[in-house]
Amino acid sequence: MSNIESQTIAYVRDTMIPEQAPPLTEAGAIKWLRENLFSGWFNTVLTLLSLAVIWWSLAAIGPWLVNMVWNAGSLSECRRILDGTEGACFAVINDRWHQLLFGFYPSHLYWRPVLALVLLFVALAPILFTGLPRKMLIFSAIYPFLGYHLLWGGSIWLPISALLGFVAGAVAFLVVRKVNGLAAIFAAVLAPVFWWLFLAGPFDSAMSSVLPLGLEFVRSDRFGGFLISLVIGVTGISLSLPLGILLALGRQSDMVFVKSVCVIFIEFIRGVPLITLLFTASLLLNYFLPPGTSFDLILRVIIMVTLFAAAYMAEVVRGGLAALPKGQYEAADALGLDYWKAQRLIIMPQALKISIPGIVNTFIGLFKDTTLVVFIGLLDPIGLSNAIRASTDWQGIYWELFIFIGALFFIFCFGISRYSMYLERKLKTDHR
Amino acid sequence: MSTTTDQRYTKVEPKKSFHLSMLLYDQRYRSITIQVFFLFLLMLGAAWLIDNTVNNLRALGRDFSFAFLNAPAGYDINQRPIEYNSQMTHGRAALVGFLNTMILAVLACVLATVLGVIAGVLRLSNNWIVGRLMTVYVEVFRNIPTLLWILIFGAIMTEAMPAPSAFRGDTPSASMIFNDSVAITNRGVFIPSIIFERDLGYLQIGPVAPSISWLLVIVIIAAGIWANKKLIAHATRVQNATGVRPKTWWKSLLILFGPIILFFVLLGAHLEYPELRGFNFAGGTHLRNSLIAMWLGLGIYTGAFIAEIVRAGILAINKGQTEAAYALGLQPGKTMRLVVLPQALRVIIPPLISNYLNITKNTSLGLAVGYMDLRSTLGGITINQTGRELEGMMLMMLIYLAISLTISGVLNVYNSRVKLKER
Repeated sequence: MSNIESQTIAYVRDTMIPEQAPPLTEAGAIKWLRENLFSGWFNTVLTLLSLAVIWWSLAAIGPWLVNMVWNAGSLSECRRILDGTEGACFAVINDRWHQLLFGFYPSHLYWRPVLALVLLFVALAPILFTGLPRKMLIFSAIYPFLGYHLLWGGSIWLPISALLGFVAGAVAFLVVRKVNGLAAIFAAVLAPVFWWLFLAGPFDSAMSSVLPLGLEFVRSDRFGGFLISLVIGVTGISLSLPLGILLALGRQSDMVFVKSVCVIFIEFIRGVPLITLLFTASLLLNYFLPPGTSFDLILRVIIMVTLFAAAYMAEVVRGGLAALPKGQYEAADALGLDYWKAQRLIIMPQALKISIPGIVNTFIGLFKDTTLVVFIGLLDPIGLSNAIRASTDWQGIYWELFIFIGALFFIFCFGISRYSMYLERKLKTDHR
Repeated sequence: MSTTTDQRYTKVEPKKSFHLSMLLYDQRYRSITIQVFFLFLLMLGAAWLIDNTVNNLRALGRDFSFAFLNAPAGYDINQRPIEYNSQMTHGRAALVGFLNTMILAVLACVLATVLGVIAGVLRLSNNWIVGRLMTVYVEVFRNIPTLLWILIFGAIMTEAMPAPSAFRGDTPSASMIFNDSVAITNRGVFIPSIIFERDLGYLQIGPVAPSISWLLVIVIIAAGIWANKKLIAHATRVQNATGVRPKTWWKSLLILFGPIILFFVLLGAHLEYPELRGFNFAGGTHLRNSLIAMWLGLGIYTGAFIAEIVRAGILAINKGQTEAAYALGLQPGKTMRLVVLPQALRVIIPPLISNYLNITKNTSLGLAVGYMDLRSTLGGITINQTGRELEGMMLMMLIYLAISLTISGVLNVYNSRVKLKER
């Protein structure tokens, strides 16, 4: 038998041949191109179309960007430098960047908003990243008052006396809690109110006369540019989340009256455009308040933006609450936890985790919506871009300003959305 | 002896007496206490606000009335879907603004949906470059405010487009597109309009007078769709009974397009092209820059959000569903139509409609480019001219609220219809 084999098979290989390289079309860049760009006639058409779009936009914008001018005093000077060629005149940013960022904030005080922004990140760090030492949260708690003082200035005793109200509340709560738990809550609410209404004013004026400390006062109408967007955005974001959670809980509550009030509030706010609320703040608030009261336009806008975002936040959180299995509520009851403890320890951590994408989207939406304040006369970046265009030096300049403002917003919003992705990954507990 | 044991085992009746402290410590009463307290605070607050308003109005010597709606408006509106001139009332101006708002909202919703579906599907494609391109589109548009986009498109229209005079002369520097039918100028876009030679006149219904011809067009199209639905239902019945599906495509085409084409021929419909006359184009339909800027701005911006919704909806469908459909022998097209899409739509539609709601509310940004919507007419010029901020703002908010509640009512009906029926 073996003879036959040796006769029929002329040659039997007894060593392995070295591995051959794959065919040229199945390896490297060509394979990648074939699989990812030209895997069928439809994909090929799509690829060619995309390439055409990219080529067309590069051809339209490329030369304009390449020839950009950074040093010029006016648009006409820019055009002289360009000498007939197409080119971007980013000199307007070079000339007016401080206005786009700070508005009409006094230029010798720019260090204050910058410091406030840097400290904002320090204050946010322990909230955003749990790995940092918890002691830093004390600074986060003080930051609102510090930030206010840095931005607006004035006597240092005003924010301190406001802060002392919260301290008074905490002290009252701790002292009375030994006597009665319920009374402690009342004390924690009443003590600060009492302090702010009756004692804070005299304390402020007394301390100011004894020890006049403070920074130069800056009026609200000097605020502008990106500074105003950040002030409104950050305050609105930090206030709307707790308010939104309360509204969501109110909407889920068994108490008929509380529930209906929350539903009406949420549906009303969500049913009207933000711009009508802003106009209400600027035009109508004077009707609703006692004659003669007038308070800061920025503050009014912050209140309206906060209410607006809180209603959206409430719906997002409600979605998270609805997504929780009923067993979680029952388990909390079975453990004997009361309502607030159950919410704090069992329900909210899970519900908020589910609703992170929605919450962050609301934050980003709120931050973008701060541009609407231009309609009620506040000088946000867009308002200032109009003002810059109205000046004789920079009449008729559009794209450079839009690109600068758009880039600033993009950096912030994109950053927030990336952080939310990081948070989602970190909090993911299911093992898939 | 026995009496004492009896006494020992007698049930102790719970105390029936009511203590004041039970209002706080008894769960049965606590919620009522809290609500009464809450109600009291709320009524106090409301009373305070109303009292302030009444006092302020009295101090200003004003009354609270909507009579200004019947006064002549005295201002012009450049985009008039219904007949309007400055002699007409503020109420009429508000109606024109409302119609402009709705026109813009519908146009932007259509554009956003088309763009969003295309971008959302393409972002999932295996094609590397297309996927990246769509990601860039979504991220760039989502992270920059709408208002900025509207202004950018407004600036593109007014600054980057040729003036009508550029179309003039023997060697014009600009030319009309689509076979000389559409002119894109810095004064707006001019497109051909459909003119009926034998027009049927106008129908007077209350304050508006819609064209009878166009109403009939809508009726004929609706009737065609309804009849086509009946036809398909009939075909399904035949298929269920006999196993053979009758060919319906040519009947569908005939039902959908036959009557409308016949109607157009009967009324002598033809296109009126825009022409350069004097300093500007005339004839055809003039889409103003404000409308174009708002339309593109809102549509492309919201399209990026819809793209994400569509993508999430498709990703939400388990791959097993597709595989099961293949195992049943369904072809890819039918798998998409019969298995994947119905389930994906359940995820997609609710956020989609809330995006439509956002578009409708964002039309109020029309002020930025001078689009005469409800906010610019009733909430803008009318308020400035009459000084009736309180009434005007309230009316405007109510109208927006009514639109929003209508849309979310539709959404609720849809949700309850497609809800997973769990047994």
